[in-house]
Amino acid sequence: MIALEARKLVKQYPAVLAVNEVSFEVSAGSCFGLLGPNGAGKTTTVEIIEGVTPATSGEVYYFGKLAGNKFREEAGIQFQNTALQDYLTVRETLQMFQSLYNRQADLEHIISECSLEDLQDRDNRKLSGGQRQRLFLAVALVNKPRLVFLDEPTTGLDPQARRNFWDLVSRIRSDGTTVILTTHYMDEAEILCDEIAIMDVGEIIAQGSPAALLQEHYQSVIIELPLEDVSGDLDSIEHRVLETQGLIEISTNDVNTSLEILATHVSGLNRMKIRQPNLEDLFLDLTGHSLRA
Amino acid sequence: MLKRIYAIFRARNLEFIRDRSSMSWNIILPVVLMFGLSFIFGGADRTEYRVGVLQSGEELDMNQHPFLGTRYIQFVVINDKDAGFRRIARHRLDLLVQFDEPGSYWVNPESPKGYFAELALLQSENSTTFGIQKAQITGEPVRYVDWVLPGILGMNMMFSCLFGVGYVVVRYRKNGFLKRLRATPLRAIEFVIAQVASRLVLIMTITSFVYIGTKYFLDTRMDGSYLALFLVALVGAIALLSMGLLVAARVTSEELAGGLLNLFTWPMMLLSGVWFPLEDADAWVRQIANIFPLTHVLNSARAVMLDGATLLDVTPALLSLLLLSMLFLGLGAAMFRWRPS
Repeated sequence: MIALEARKLVKQYPAVLAVNEVSFEVSAGSCFGLLGPNGAGKTTTVEIIEGVTPATSGEVYYFGKLAGNKFREEAGIQFQNTALQDYLTVRETLQMFQSLYNRQADLEHIISECSLEDLQDRDNRKLSGGQRQRLFLAVALVNKPRLVFLDEPTTGLDPQARRNFWDLVSRIRSDGTTVILTTHYMDEAEILCDEIAIMDVGEIIAQGSPAALLQEHYQSVIIELPLEDVSGDLDSIEHRVLETQGLIEISTNDVNTSLEILATHVSGLNRMKIRQPNLEDLFLDLTGHSLRA
Repeated sequence: MLKRIYAIFRARNLEFIRDRSSMSWNIILPVVLMFGLSFIFGGADRTEYRVGVLQSGEELDMNQHPFLGTRYIQFVVINDKDAGFRRIARHRLDLLVQFDEPGSYWVNPESPKGYFAELALLQSENSTTFGIQKAQITGEPVRYVDWVLPGILGMNMMFSCLFGVGYVVVRYRKNGFLKRLRATPLRAIEFVIAQVASRLVLIMTITSFVYIGTKYFLDTRMDGSYLALFLVALVGAIALLSMGLLVAARVTSEELAGGLLNLFTWPMMLLSGVWFPLEDADAWVRQIANIFPLTHVLNSARAVMLDGATLLDVTPALLSLLLLSMLFLGLGAAMFRWRPS
């Protein structure tokens, strides 16, 4: 069953075309990732779907019908940047948002799920970055949503907090909730998402499951080694990929031959790595520039 | 709908009550002003004599009687005889004169300045042959503190309504809180009603508290009913709150909001009769003043407090304030924008 469908969404600002005919479908119960660098149009696309930014053209369908009141009642949204009412405690903030919906989740369960038990009486202005993100997620869950939007939920979090957040999202998904995630962290998308769409300059440039996309674009592995260790001409190696940040990345489907050639051109192989291509490599291949530029 | 309105109403109340500095300022300012003005103007009075001339036109013909040439007397045109009588009774006029046949004048026997103004009239040229008739109107003088109390309470309400709602809504819009609310089933009209209701309760509570304090400590005058006064304040606050919401409906910059709110508050503060009466101002000034909700609030409040006006007497003013509120609220909700453009 299709939970959400975006049809030819366009957002034209006076000076820039932020979203250009973006279309995709999200299956119920799945996690759909919208990836891309900053400024790719992810947030604008998602905000059009959420109904907080009007589209220049295009439609959004929620379970087969134009998104409207039912969508607002059943969707939970975690914004990338938002503010809450000042001087309210965590519990009061959740109670306030919960009262805006007819559908209501068990508040104690949400507080527990988001690890907010010890913070529930704290002024929401006095939370750390990670605690605040957990509160934002809890706010997105107060209406027992069938569809949750998470916009860059782990930006600014430390690695441990990110992993805790991923566990939390996995638990939300286990209830059958559909998740739409925007992120520029490729590892996050690979772990959490069943399907992804990569956006750049307002358009979707690739779409599918992470594994299928990688399989579609790569039959090779990547050899990575410091540029300073390389000397001579590497033209004889197929698919020289990139020289960046002091590294050379070589994409090859014949590792043995490539290693033999490399052995004659490098001062040492001690710092060499061989790895599978990831979504970041795919993005670089598709767009030719760094994800976090 | 009511559940959503109550949720926003409650949250806003908590925010205001816990913001101690804002709440203290809302209470302290009018109290300090009241006691300050009471101290400053406690023993002072007008230094100039003031005589009303009862006639139909606005322009005073200085040639109609030699008395009008008397120095150190300010002559003001009075069109409404009853209003003139009230001013004599309150000692806001020292004498009221009508030169049309049959000539008459009215004076308050308890007013020292009225006594001297009467002497000046009678000693002016031909006054005895003029056959002018004397009548007396009695009444206690209205102290400045009695007169200014509605003005200060009204001014505090105005600032609290316009800035307390207008500025807050702009802040919510700028920091993204409105955008967050937009993603919920909350509708614009529900948000607007909740903001008005929240501020209304707080303003009425604070204003009542300040009024009771001044009544107790300064023994301020109250000739009418407290119910009528309460309704005047309530309806006036709704009108001013609606005005604040209309100003804030689309603005995204706090600086612009501040400028726009000042554009409304300063003319009201100067022309609505907060500090001084507009009875003797030019007709065009009074006409401009009548545009402002605060003018109707203050006139009605003073009528109740100083003249003993009944609820029926102030009903027309209350109805116009309610109409104004509905207009502002409707426009504000229609123009309301959740996020910066």
